Amino acid sequence: MSEQASFTIEQFYKHISQGRLMGGKCRKCGKIHLPPRPLCDKCFSKEFEWAQIQPKGKLVTYTIIHVAPPQFQQMALYAVGIIQLENNLKIPGMIKEVSLEQIKIGMELTIAFENSTTAQQWPRWPRYYFKPAHAL
Amino acid sequence: MKGKPLVSIVSAGLSKFGKLEGLYAREIFAQAAEEAFYRCPNLDPKRDIKMLFVGHMGESYEHQGHTGAAVADWAGLLHVPATRTETACASSGAALRAGVFAVLSGMCDVVMVGGVEKMTHRTTPEVTEYLAMASDFPFEQWHGITFPGLYALMATAHMHKYGTTEEQLAMVAVKNHHNGSLNPKAHMQKEVTLEKALSSRVIAWPLKLYDCSLVTDGASCLIMTKPEIAKKYTDMPIQIIGSGQASDSIGMYERESLTSLIAAKIAAKQAYEMAGVRPEDVDVAEVHDCFTIAEIIAYEDLGLCSQGEGGRLIESGDTKLDGRLPVNTSGGLKSKGHPVGATGTAQAYELYLQLTEQAEKRQVKEAKMGLAHNVGGSGATATVHIFRRE
Repeated sequence: MSEQASFTIEQFYKHISQGRLMGGKCRKCGKIHLPPRPLCDKCFSKEFEWAQIQPKGKLVTYTIIHVAPPQFQQMALYAVGIIQLENNLKIPGMIKEVSLEQIKIGMELTIAFENSTTAQQWPRWPRYYFKPAHAL
Repeated sequence: MKGKPLVSIVSAGLSKFGKLEGLYAREIFAQAAEEAFYRCPNLDPKRDIKMLFVGHMGESYEHQGHTGAAVADWAGLLHVPATRTETACASSGAALRAGVFAVLSGMCDVVMVGGVEKMTHRTTPEVTEYLAMASDFPFEQWHGITFPGLYALMATAHMHKYGTTEEQLAMVAVKNHHNGSLNPKAHMQKEVTLEKALSSRVIAWPLKLYDCSLVTDGASCLIMTKPEIAKKYTDMPIQIIGSGQASDSIGMYERESLTSLIAAKIAAKQAYEMAGVRPEDVDVAEVHDCFTIAEIIAYEDLGLCSQGEGGRLIESGDTKLDGRLPVNTSGGLKSKGHPVGATGTAQAYELYLQLTEQAEKRQVKEAKMGLAHNVGGSGATATVHIFRRE
């Protein structure tokens, strides 16, 4: 039971703080869930194992945020995008360490992990971000 | 079941849309309710209305949840059962559908459905934060993705895949602002030029200020009945003949497509099949243009054009007020305004006016069939309803 309960978003971010991108692989049908879930949406199994996902992919879309919510106002302008990982998985995040003009759909990005946690009561998740895989 | 009326709409009301300073949500809803009661003198609201469903998205704006009871009381419907529906920006599309269920169940002969949102007293960053709650928290909001940002992600993908241009996006704004200039209840009753729209400040590239709908206060409502008793209340009932709703992943990154809303496609298919009609049978449509790209994607999802052709459809002029298929004659969310919880039934209000020939300067000639497309969040909920003049 305890192992099954651990396929959570909370646990996903614990792995992020340890520098790993981990999905939940269904032991019955093999589908990999990113983020992990407690119930497979394909076969309804509750049996999972952790699958490490290569922290790199291609940018499929992006935007430059000019008007940000209060907690991100200090960072604006900033870029966010969605990357395509292996196994047809996608994940969103900020794109950093690149000038905004150089961001292009299709560019290769890797995931960088931050291990700092926030001071607030909840959530205390670390953040990850995307950066160019190759020097531009 | 095909083409059979599900319910009949016998009256409708809409508050003024705009910056309604000093008013609280329940007071704005009372304005819409009063119009609906006024239009329907044969209705005794306290006696006849058996249920109220009200769409309302955010408690944060006024520190007020439990909206159903609050607005029922202020509308003069004390003790009438009232339930809030919440599917983000499709909250009153969901209320409308709940009303259809209530009437069809046989438990309620007359039902009021509506929606309300009071937003303009908050700062832009606050509204940005509250609207973002319609999106996924742990992966979208947590990484600084705003609500306009999500539609910007779709816009970038659509432009890359189909060659849609920023000019085509701006054309949606120009069209809808023209329609809104003819709507005395619209928030922003003024035309905008293509140049002005294109040169407005960037909110989330490629979306600029004029690609975004307005932060607006407003309320809307409809009164619906069993079709058999509609004539007791009005000579001109409007029937709902198709209703569809679907969900998708709350996180955009988990969806199959970044260039169309699968939930809207499914909801549209359900509604068309139930109504026994095709997209080309629709005379007038209100679609969820929370951002200009959303109207272009809506054209494609509703089958008004083929996949990827939305940009060319706006460019053709076919969806203008005098075009082949006028879309967003009210001004849409873009110019009429987008008090999120009120939007779904506000779309139905415009179709009610169009199909009963009360749309004045915006009247579409011989409009007999209308379609409303209401989207929650970035597409995790969509409702589609088809309306027909009896």
